[in-house]
Amino acid sequence: MKPAFSVIFLTTLIGAGQGLFLALFTQQSYAVFGLLPLQEDAFYGFGSLLALLLLIAGLAASFFHLGHPERAWRAAAQWRTSWLSREVIALPAFMGIVFLYGMAHLLAYRPLFVILPGGQPIDLSVVLGSIGTLLAFALFACTAMIYACLRFLREWHTPLTIVNFILLGSASGFTLAALYAALAGSDQAGFFAGWAFIITLLGLLNRSATLWRNARLRPTSTLQTAIGIKHPRIAQKSQGAMGGSFNTREFFHGKSASFIRTIKPAFLALTFGAPLLLLALSHSAALLGAAFLLQYAGLLAERWFFFAEANHPQNLYYQTIG
Amino acid sequence: MTQLALVIDLNVCVGCHACVTNCKQWNTSGSAGPLTDLNPYEAYPNGTFFNRVQTFEVGCYPQTETVHFPKSCLHCEDPPCVPVCPTGASYKRKEDGIVLVDYDKCIGCKYCTWACPYGMREFDEERKVMTKCTLCVDRIYDETKPEAERKPSCVLACPPGARLFGDVHDPESAVSVAIRERGGYTLMPEQGTNPANHYLPRRKTTLAVHKDELYRSGNPHKIDGAPFDQNLPPADEELN
Repeated sequence: MKPAFSVIFLTTLIGAGQGLFLALFTQQSYAVFGLLPLQEDAFYGFGSLLALLLLIAGLAASFFHLGHPERAWRAAAQWRTSWLSREVIALPAFMGIVFLYGMAHLLAYRPLFVILPGGQPIDLSVVLGSIGTLLAFALFACTAMIYACLRFLREWHTPLTIVNFILLGSASGFTLAALYAALAGSDQAGFFAGWAFIITLLGLLNRSATLWRNARLRPTSTLQTAIGIKHPRIAQKSQGAMGGSFNTREFFHGKSASFIRTIKPAFLALTFGAPLLLLALSHSAALLGAAFLLQYAGLLAERWFFFAEANHPQNLYYQTIG
Repeated sequence: MTQLALVIDLNVCVGCHACVTNCKQWNTSGSAGPLTDLNPYEAYPNGTFFNRVQTFEVGCYPQTETVHFPKSCLHCEDPPCVPVCPTGASYKRKEDGIVLVDYDKCIGCKYCTWACPYGMREFDEERKVMTKCTLCVDRIYDETKPEAERKPSCVLACPPGARLFGDVHDPESAVSVAIRERGGYTLMPEQGTNPANHYLPRRKTTLAVHKDELYRSGNPHKIDGAPFDQNLPPADEELN
């Protein structure tokens, strides 16, 4: 498939936004149970506004993917069948909750709902945070299922795709949360960095499993089944167009084999290797900043490779490309 | 329930591209159009087509056959492109099974092309909407046309008559009989899309030529016992 930069930025930006929100609320949940010190309202408030900015940036990037962005509102119609439609609903819903969660903290409007038997206060921010957590995972699932539900694209049609989106989005979000905590002068940078390290490590395991699986895929369809001629030797002489067509543009990444060979270790090193090293070394703002930037750059490459790796069965009809 | 479809005879198709040009001509000026062209007179002509003819060489020289392969939307009975559409612009008509795109609802996200294993849809780069074969839905029901012309324009254009059109759910229709009796098959059956369009395979065709068809009995140039044209076999040779 041809990697679309609008979609690469959409999935990586909202992934980091979702991860940052999950990180903030994870810390607050620990604090509710008295395991960590509760931070000031402003820490959660401005942190969720930062998450909201990432979500808005991702949403803005997605519009560049559309031929008719002015009709984007129509995309919510087919939520019964289309994962894309479900994402279009889940993303604004999640953005709304992130906004309300941030506002509940910034305006210090946290009416108490209930006190758990253990004495833990459940206030408005905890309720909003819990709903937001569910929506964050729902949004990860919707985004990933857009790809994982396409059974013809076998590189994507696996539960590993969903796990990959959840882990890589969370990893970048927790790394960003560690950077944010370090910059905000909070003592929680170590907590976020620790989780970021664990999630990045899990992400590496899952991504390696995906690469291992995809390297062993055998295509379901062949040129023989594509045109229905059962002969072992078939050579394409004409693709039906002199100057190419939509089919020769949309489904091929257009890069050389050596480029593909380079980008795979590059994204593995940037998304996993470098952040793991930096997160383990120190929790200073400079190193955490470097960890986040390198990991985000790696995620752009990872998503590019994710698209480029998928070999669409329609390519069988275009034998001389790619 | 009706399922309109094309049945394309690969044994008859000569690869002339008449179906391609007539499709383009009808649909660029009809309700599905315009099918825009990019650089039509430049080095890399490009544009939107609903139908393409590809060519394959099957076998190893000298035992080769050239197979021309017309490629257009197969109007699948389980179209994977329809449920993924977020707006409902892509839909399959209940009354005749034609898969269509509502150009006023399409947001141009191209998700349907990812879902179609055949790559039968084409994004129109100028109109920014997804386009595809309509089976000439604006022509096959047009009662102002004589009944013989109420067929897709590719079918009408095909000089050797390689394209049949009809209801594949009606067991007595010409297309159903052709599929049944001439080994009709679908593309990528393993993908479970259940295409409505079928293809008829190459057949071993023998042409029975009798010598009286070559040597007219009343030919004044004919010399008894000798062929008048050196390229023709001798008159007494057994022909088949």
